[in-house]
Amino acid sequence: MTTMAERTQTTSGAPAGTRTLTLGKAVNEGLRAAMRHDDKVMLMGEDIGPLGGVFRVTDGLQAEFGEERVVDTPLAESGIVGTAVGLAMRGYRPVCEIQFDGFVFPAFNQITTQLAKMHNRTRGAVQVPVVVRIPYGGGIGAVEHHSESPEALFAHTAGLRVVSPSTPQDAYTMIQEAIACPDPVLFFEPKGRYWAKGEVDLDAEVGSSTLDAARVVRAGTDVTLVAYGPSVETALKTADALAQEGRSAEVVDLRAVSPMDTATVVTSVRRTGRCVVIHEAPVFFGAGAEIAARVTEECFYALEAPVLRVGGFHTPYPVAKHEHDYLPSVDRVLDAVDRAFAH
Amino acid sequence: MTTTNGSNEAIPTLQLLDPEGRRVTTRGTKGYRDRAAALTAEDLRGMYRDMVLTRRFDDEATSLQRQGELALYAPSRGQEAAQVGSAYALRPQDFVFPSYREHGVLQVRGVDTVDRLRFFRGSDHGGWNPNEHNAQVYTVVIGAHTLHAVGYAMGVQRDGTPHDATDGTAVITYFGDGATSQGDVNEAMVYATVNQAPVVFFLQNNQWAISEPTTRQTRTPLYRRGEAFGMPSLRVDGNDVLAVYAATQEAMERARRGEGPSFIEAFTYRMGAHTTSDDPTRYRTTDQEEVWRRRDPIDRLAALLRAEKELDDDYVAEVQQSADELGVRLRAGVRALDGGAPVSTFEDVYATPHGVVASERAWYEAYEAGDPPADQYAIAETAQGGAR
Repeated sequence: MTTMAERTQTTSGAPAGTRTLTLGKAVNEGLRAAMRHDDKVMLMGEDIGPLGGVFRVTDGLQAEFGEERVVDTPLAESGIVGTAVGLAMRGYRPVCEIQFDGFVFPAFNQITTQLAKMHNRTRGAVQVPVVVRIPYGGGIGAVEHHSESPEALFAHTAGLRVVSPSTPQDAYTMIQEAIACPDPVLFFEPKGRYWAKGEVDLDAEVGSSTLDAARVVRAGTDVTLVAYGPSVETALKTADALAQEGRSAEVVDLRAVSPMDTATVVTSVRRTGRCVVIHEAPVFFGAGAEIAARVTEECFYALEAPVLRVGGFHTPYPVAKHEHDYLPSVDRVLDAVDRAFAH
Repeated sequence: MTTTNGSNEAIPTLQLLDPEGRRVTTRGTKGYRDRAAALTAEDLRGMYRDMVLTRRFDDEATSLQRQGELALYAPSRGQEAAQVGSAYALRPQDFVFPSYREHGVLQVRGVDTVDRLRFFRGSDHGGWNPNEHNAQVYTVVIGAHTLHAVGYAMGVQRDGTPHDATDGTAVITYFGDGATSQGDVNEAMVYATVNQAPVVFFLQNNQWAISEPTTRQTRTPLYRRGEAFGMPSLRVDGNDVLAVYAATQEAMERARRGEGPSFIEAFTYRMGAHTTSDDPTRYRTTDQEEVWRRRDPIDRLAALLRAEKELDDDYVAEVQQSADELGVRLRAGVRALDGGAPVSTFEDVYATPHGVVASERAWYEAYEAGDPPADQYAIAETAQGGAR
């Protein structure tokens, strides 16, 4: 395990320190650190070169690392992931950018039938350390296919890891851990939070701890709010509102949907007795259903109320004019918490 | 030679050996003839041997499936020249991405015969270590592997391997006429040409995608697909092992020199069924099958070798003996494959510990031991914690 301090010293000779960064810039800095650390790391995607990606997450990286390592690909997502599989077989660590969530589906076959299974198919002889970065989630007033949350579709496929950072610090650390991971990682970036700022310790240790360990971001005693990615902020705001009502909410940032750190959630719910899960993806067959099932089996006698879910509806993601009615809001989470307390 | 497709259009096709096994000296083919002429009699006998052994492998595997020893088998009968001829043009450092019917390529590549049937036995999803033979395991999703081949070739470019016809490294990917309709194959050709990646697209046009004739895939001769993407493209008589060898060697050398991808259409015929589950009598005539039986690629090479006094009865008997030994070893080896312990299902799902797999495995092992835990998730939680 290499610490960021060690890595930074090899390039600049001094610790990088702590900076205030947006989440998008934190991913950018994480990519830069990973590319400096390992020259097998390369980026592939549409418009990621001179433009720096449509969200500028790869800004400046082609200038620093060249066109061989930051590749503007043809406009074909299956090709991006399919060639990344081959590059990984040759010893590279490709990081693919899918421009928007809704455009991952042309690559769905390569991700689920090839990338996810190659290690297993070869009985461990081949590793495919490919990261697929996907800006996801809504709230930015976009047109169709630009606001979706398809993480459950990938979590349902064995062989893939599915993670999503909620803060600039996690974005910075988790992207590096995803790149260092020998397994394929679907890295869901909450695009609605790209401009959210936070303190980032650029010397933070990079191990593997953030890829499968949830974290309690706010301690509480009366109800557990479980969220990940963009919904963590909603959970925290809900906790603020509940505090004004005299209710104490614990907020768990799941970080990973696969694997799922059930233990941290269960430990919390055994104390609070109530659990509400929040995500932007439709609740029907969503990650919340899995959490609800596991919490119910494990905390049955500690539960004061059924596990409730707040999320998207079983409709196509709505037009931008209606997305704020569709997305899980503080009001809707409060409503669920009220229902949990009414039991 | 010209052959015709459904449109009766004459299609230029490289042929160096006619169906009677006579060397053909068409104008404009001297470069290819020189390549074929450089093959020694020993090389040609080696090709003959590998083609016969591939045919025997095919027959044995088909019988094993009929006996219930294999779940499925996809025969390569009729395509031995396309497969063995192209594989002879490869060098050890080159890398092969096959589809699932390239038994002749793997024969030349040295992949163990029993390992080649692990997939069809249902005891493995793959069967061998791709890095031991520079040959990827079979890919069943049609055309998906062609993108892997191009990506691998893009990696070769980045490795800075020498640009040299002999010492350079090239990649070859095999696919069929049906696969040419797949998006992935077309994307692979885009990525290959845009990047000038060192990869050869080797199409075996065996004229049938299960029950659908080539006319259900294309209106133009398929080698022209390669041209359209911007790479040198050539159609060869796929039952002519010399033409296949010469064309593939030229394309691989071009790739090793760093001069980009090529496309080869080997026009051949699937003499057998698509797989052991197929029934060709429902969609094609025995007349057509008989026409192609007379173009058998093994007979053709044998005729050449006989005419040139390079094949005697002793050698034929020796190859027959090897084929018999292959059969004995294959039958015993396949019957011994059992897929390992049921718990092996949980292995190699991830390269690093994954909490869900760890907990489900822990529960399953307890269940198998006759000690199913009362609380499934208690053990799950422990295993998950342990995995971190």
